[in-house]
Amino acid sequence: MKADVMVIGAGPAGLSAATEAARHGLKVMLLDEQASPGGQIYRALARNTPPPAGAPDILGEDYWRGRPLLDAIDQAAVEYVPGATVWTAETDPLTVGYLKDERSFLRAARSLIIATGAYERPVPVPGWTLPGVMSAGAAQILMKAGGAALNGRIVLAGSGPLLQLVTCQLLKSGAEIAGLLETTTTKDYLAAARHLPRALRARDLLRKGLEMRRTIKASGIRVHKGVTNLQCHGKETVDGISFESRGKPDRIEADLVLLHEGVVPHVQMSRLLDLSHEWFEPQRYWRPVVDEWGETSAKGVFIAGDGAGIDGARAAEASGRLAALQAAAQLGALPNAERDEQAGAAFAQKAKEQRIRPLLDHLYRPPAHIVCPEDPSTIVCRCEEVCVRDIHACMETGCDGPNQLKAYSRCGMGPCQGRMCGLTVSELMAKQRGVTPDEVGYYRIRTPIKPIPLSALAAMEADEEVVAS
Amino acid sequence: MFNRRPEWRADNQPRRVTITLDGMAVEAFEGDSVAAALLSANPVFTRRSPVSGAPRAPYCMMGICFECLVEIDGVPNRQACMIPVRDGMAVKRQVPPPAVNAPAESAHES
Repeated sequence: MKADVMVIGAGPAGLSAATEAARHGLKVMLLDEQASPGGQIYRALARNTPPPAGAPDILGEDYWRGRPLLDAIDQAAVEYVPGATVWTAETDPLTVGYLKDERSFLRAARSLIIATGAYERPVPVPGWTLPGVMSAGAAQILMKAGGAALNGRIVLAGSGPLLQLVTCQLLKSGAEIAGLLETTTTKDYLAAARHLPRALRARDLLRKGLEMRRTIKASGIRVHKGVTNLQCHGKETVDGISFESRGKPDRIEADLVLLHEGVVPHVQMSRLLDLSHEWFEPQRYWRPVVDEWGETSAKGVFIAGDGAGIDGARAAEASGRLAALQAAAQLGALPNAERDEQAGAAFAQKAKEQRIRPLLDHLYRPPAHIVCPEDPSTIVCRCEEVCVRDIHACMETGCDGPNQLKAYSRCGMGPCQGRMCGLTVSELMAKQRGVTPDEVGYYRIRTPIKPIPLSALAAMEADEEVVAS
Repeated sequence: MFNRRPEWRADNQPRRVTITLDGMAVEAFEGDSVAAALLSANPVFTRRSPVSGAPRAPYCMMGICFECLVEIDGVPNRQACMIPVRDGMAVKRQVPPPAVNAPAESAHES
């Protein structure tokens, strides 16, 4: 049976979108790749319990705040399908293909809300493919989902609110932090300063940020500022990280290196659907072009949450509600006047959350030496092991775009399908050609966006509407 | 790479399961992803790159990087970070055969 609203992703945006759409009597299907709802921010929340009074709350109050979203989806008349990997989608007619328990399904929908969120910007530095080098978010996932207390000497490197948060969470869990290497420069602070007045109107968020800084300072861990030339060392596994701090070379021994330079929208689905995207200069990423409801360049296709630009979990929740309200109105389940009335609170919440963003976007701007690695031996495409040097060599023989680069070097053609190298490739090619990344463009993303066994493809089950079209 | 926080085990009382990595028993908890279970056992690496043979381990833990690809119950190239453990699961590291291990010729010359 055709769904009125198909939602992909059960993080804050997807959960609130599905709940809201169901509230208007629509037939809603919610697909999520994970086994339990919450996305990455509320990962494994359904299985975890807050610590008893007096015990340290390692994950923090913002994590437990996701509980009402989980309760709401439990109560809502939504067909929630966990463990569903979406591998294809089409706009005309609206169709979504997914894999669940080795079986493949094609489902038709009248509206599509993509809530696939964000992922951490890849941090291509020499040695970043060594075992023992992970993203900071990966360590946080181990803490949330596995109750992990990480062992060994840990070094965190990069910038961004999540890096600060993970540092604080590790400190609370009693981990041994051998160093925090911040790539943020004095110039970034100055650029961010002019956005402070607006951020002052988001006092709660600002207070949390300052608290994290105080916690880190009070802990006495080694903090290096203005860090450049990051390089992870080791043979079979990482054993140290070298860097320059304000121009002075240094090195720290480490068993675990956690890299982070902010998060970027996960555009695989919006690229697959060939939706319009725009380059967001302060954070150097592409985001799909959306209107105030989250509707994209394709009618009836919405992006809710960080997939349309990074605003955080609370804004994502609001944007999920807005997308669902507009979908309900378009499908005739809600008069426009009521839509507008019900949307007021969500618009206000989103605007409130966005006040701090210009400050964060400029303070934690990803540094040029990370988005465009200079060391020729740096691996850019981890899957196919294509280095900066290889990309430059391809360009010298006439390759001038990311799609051409695939044929020249296999860059972006491994199992991750460019998720880990796409931004870096566009940046490197733009710099070499002396144009903007937007002019260079991004990889063309094709079906299947996740690997699917041929056997599942052959035995696909499809809606009647899909078969008929 | 990590221990379980005692309070997490006490509060959530997760059920123990046992999987194998290349035939060796690995203790895990229900709800763990295969990747988390493997990392808890300090595996050093979880696959070798099919291009150079260099050791690799999970990087993102959320289905993006595909560094955690392993063989699970005979099916290769499974994303270990996206698959929950099941008691008795047999996981194998993927190590490229020597022929694939040789340095790749640059594609644009052929």
